[in-house]
Amino acid sequence: MNINLTMLMQAVGFGLFIWFTAKFIWPPLMRAVETRQKQIADGLSAGEQGRRSLASAEKRIADMIAEAKAKAGEIVATGEKFRSETMDAAKTEARAEGERIIAAAKAEIQQEVARAKEQLRNQVADLAVAGASRILKREISATDHAGLLDAIRNEL
Amino acid sequence: MVAKYENPTEYISHHLSFLTQPVGPGGFWTVNVDTVLTSAVIGVLTFGFLWLVTRKASAGVPSKTQAFVELAIDFVNDQVKSIYNGTSRMVAPIALTTFVLVLIMNAMDFLPIDVVATGLHAVGFEKFRFVPTADVNTTFALALSVFGLMIFYSIKVKGLGGWIHELFCSPFGSNPLLWLFNLLFNLVEYVSKPLSHSLRLFGNMYAGELIFLLLGMWAATGIVGTIFGATLDLGWSIFHILIVALQAYIFMMLTVVYIAMAHEHH
Repeated sequence: MNINLTMLMQAVGFGLFIWFTAKFIWPPLMRAVETRQKQIADGLSAGEQGRRSLASAEKRIADMIAEAKAKAGEIVATGEKFRSETMDAAKTEARAEGERIIAAAKAEIQQEVARAKEQLRNQVADLAVAGASRILKREISATDHAGLLDAIRNEL
Repeated sequence: MVAKYENPTEYISHHLSFLTQPVGPGGFWTVNVDTVLTSAVIGVLTFGFLWLVTRKASAGVPSKTQAFVELAIDFVNDQVKSIYNGTSRMVAPIALTTFVLVLIMNAMDFLPIDVVATGLHAVGFEKFRFVPTADVNTTFALALSVFGLMIFYSIKVKGLGGWIHELFCSPFGSNPLLWLFNLLFNLVEYVSKPLSHSLRLFGNMYAGELIFLLLGMWAATGIVGTIFGATLDLGWSIFHILIVALQAYIFMMLTVVYIAMAHEHH
């Protein structure tokens, strides 16, 4: 174990290796590492931001759904109101129509009754005339006694 | 393997001698070719690999290789940030280089020593030690480089005057009577830091290598020795994974701590 020129050569070699490392190896690798660290940090913050914007979007969607629900309720209520109004109107109209039909029917019945009465009156007059002529044993001329016959018919 | 050697001492000393190449007169002007070559090759391979990963690095979804490298970088960066509060942008790359370099040099210890030695013998290397951190030259080179950085940052942060002032006036006080004690104290500290820094790593790796050699020796003494030697060798290898990583970690942490301490004002 003698100290000799080897030591100086080894020291020079060591110095060269240090120079080489400091110039060609350390800076680019550190740069790569630091750039990647920055990229990762950026990515993480972007992710965080994305999460925040997702939360706000979810909130906005919830608001929109609530609004839509309220609107739908409003529309349903309006429809309900319109339906009941229409129904009421229809009912009133139907009632009026019914009454009108009933009135018309009543009028018709009245007429029918009047006509029947008239017929009945005529028949009774004829019967009365026939009876009377039988009683009088003579012919009553319809033409000669038209005035009398009409008078009797009106009295009935 | 031991059969080739006269005795165990020769086996061990053979495995612990460097492939040297004198380049000038005197003991100092010698180069441990094995240490320099191994550390250069694995260093270039490793940092080349890191560089390739860097070239293809993207800020998007990383490939598995890139994620692995980033894991190491992030680990070192966290450690540096928890200790060092200064502004220098060099400290983290220094820590990364130290950690990676020491780790791979230590990790050479995982290679089975005799198998590699056999292969190296086959290509003509009689002696070759391929664990650079088990060479005290390497650990001293690293520790003294860190020591130099420590002085450099001290002067850079406090100014030359401030640094010299601190040498004489801390930790005991600025009374002129205490200057000598302060200086002695600081000198002891400045000597002990690189010494403990380098010898801790060297001692661990050298001892680890030695134990592999002893177990290898035992494994060559018959069938029982082979079974026990191999079993213990496996156990020591597994335990050594911890030592290799831990020593690299400790070396890196001490590097950062020393540089951070150099920034402190007293």
